[in-house]
Amino acid sequence: MAKEAADPPTTTSSNTPAKSGLPSGNLVVKCTKCKEILIVREWEKNLKVCTRCNFHFKLTAYERIELLVDPESFVELDADIVSVDPLHFVSRTKDEVQAYSSKLDDESKKVGLNEAVVVGHAMIEQLPLSLAIMDFRFIGGSMGSAVGEKITRAIEFGLEKCMPVLIASASGGARMQEGLYSLMQMAKTSAALAKLGEAKIPYFSLLTDPTTGGVTASFAMLGDVILAEPGALVCFTGPRVIEQFMHVKPPEINSEFVLQHGMIDAVVHRRDLRQTLARLMQLFTPGIVQRNSQEFAQQIGESDGLRPGI
Amino acid sequence: MAYDLEFEKPLAELERKIMSLQRKGDRLKPDEHRQLQEAERELRRRSEEIYKNLSSWETVQVARHKDRPYSLDYINLMCEDFFELHGDRSFSDDHAIVAGPAKLGDEHVMLVCHQKGRDMKEKQFRNLGMPHPEGYRKAGRLMQQAEKFGFPVICLIDTPGAFLGLGDEERGQSEAIAANLYLMSRLQVPIIAVVIGEGGSGGALAIGVADRILMLEHSIYTVAMPEASASILWRDKVFAPQAAEAMRISAKELKAIDLIDELIPEPLGGAHHNFSLTADNLKAALLINLAELQMLPVDELLERRYQKFRNIGKFGIAPESLSTAY
Repeated sequence: MAKEAADPPTTTSSNTPAKSGLPSGNLVVKCTKCKEILIVREWEKNLKVCTRCNFHFKLTAYERIELLVDPESFVELDADIVSVDPLHFVSRTKDEVQAYSSKLDDESKKVGLNEAVVVGHAMIEQLPLSLAIMDFRFIGGSMGSAVGEKITRAIEFGLEKCMPVLIASASGGARMQEGLYSLMQMAKTSAALAKLGEAKIPYFSLLTDPTTGGVTASFAMLGDVILAEPGALVCFTGPRVIEQFMHVKPPEINSEFVLQHGMIDAVVHRRDLRQTLARLMQLFTPGIVQRNSQEFAQQIGESDGLRPGI
Repeated sequence: MAYDLEFEKPLAELERKIMSLQRKGDRLKPDEHRQLQEAERELRRRSEEIYKNLSSWETVQVARHKDRPYSLDYINLMCEDFFELHGDRSFSDDHAIVAGPAKLGDEHVMLVCHQKGRDMKEKQFRNLGMPHPEGYRKAGRLMQQAEKFGFPVICLIDTPGAFLGLGDEERGQSEAIAANLYLMSRLQVPIIAVVIGEGGSGGALAIGVADRILMLEHSIYTVAMPEASASILWRDKVFAPQAAEAMRISAKELKAIDLIDELIPEPLGGAHHNFSLTADNLKAALLINLAELQMLPVDELLERRYQKFRNIGKFGIAPESLSTAY
């Protein structure tokens, strides 16, 4: 179980606005992999994929939602769930003393999110689904109680409304600062998926860079269909932990590696994800989907408890 | 020598004194006899004092003690007619997991346990108690078998974690663990998990989704071994003691925050001071919990298990949402 820190994509200035089509200040970005200098506008048009080497940069949760679902169909739920500091965890090193609670504050301010996952419901090609999209920027996308709770609620929402569930993972694994509470989120999310499975509602798992540790060893690997973006780090043990304990440098354990070893169904380019998910939803839920899309469209019209996110 | 841990140094000294006096046997002078009695009393008093206040890091050392009883020790002391079953029917047999049916009191149960090794050769054979994917798949296979024949499942947890090799990645360590979490959460027979030594990470949880989670008094259960956590948090495993304290991984601390159901007492100085007494305590706890769980209809058993894990976690509700940036 590992929370690996990965290098953020190198931009020439630190704060790229999450969305706006216009680059503010920085006009070029350097590819993390092939070091090619890319024009930001073209890079963004290419869905933040390197035009030269096809390297898929990390996306924020909202960028991914925009990429995947029908415009204006996303309704965010449980955005107000936040982490607390159940163990009064304090990180003491030579240079600094930092309480987990203050780290949480810092991260929310820095990232502009309450937690490392965004959940809600949306439509893909007019088919409704419940979704949980992780965001690596928030403490390495690590799973503590709040992340576990939000993901479990997203699964339960799918169960209740009889709609497919999509979880996009981007995580270093369990969150050390919440100790055993974090570990138990693996059991909690998996148990919810087992209930979903009993109800024969499909669950699609999308692995993005990176998917490691306790997240891989729970919901990420439990999809009825498991897809991954090209070149994503997908493993149980992060390379840093393997290196420190086994004293060898491991090879790249990525999407292509796990596909080759039979652990996932397909590696899908970012630009094809939406189409692929739409096809899968149609294939897996002929009955549910059609009935639901009509019913659900009505429900949304009626419901006032749901807060539109867009 | 019974006391050989760093924090047991004062105890070891007393013990040496007692042993040297005892060696004299009948030739003890009256004042030496008094010294012996005093030393024995003092040893008892000091060890009670030390063991009552073990820190998390000290508990880690007891939980890893080289003489601590392992699963097969308990199985031999508690059960009759344990028949070990082997293999995952797909790749190989993993010796870090021992499993099979046995009789516990009057009950027929399925045992699924981590197994560590004591000497060098056995350690290698048991892979330090760190299972490969095939170990978890064997565990899953036999839990399904238990469901088929209506045996309750008893899991003894004692692992630093799942093995972290390249082969394990190739054969799907993550999938093997995840599949067990999924399976156990809906398995239609009672499941009791007991951490008897080290409960390390996903490798422990993979046989730990249970109706009751018990822990021996001086065992630990953690999201990642202190060394690994230290390496993740502070990039160096020398901070393991700090990580152990910060994450509150000892059985007592976990009971205090209700993450586990029950503590099983160990003899003074730890389980390795008296195997059979520990085994008796373990057996008694298992039988009581089994009897309670077997009263429940299956539907209720599963719903309670679901709710047990559903409710684990502490989170807050923010007064206003930050995520409106979109």
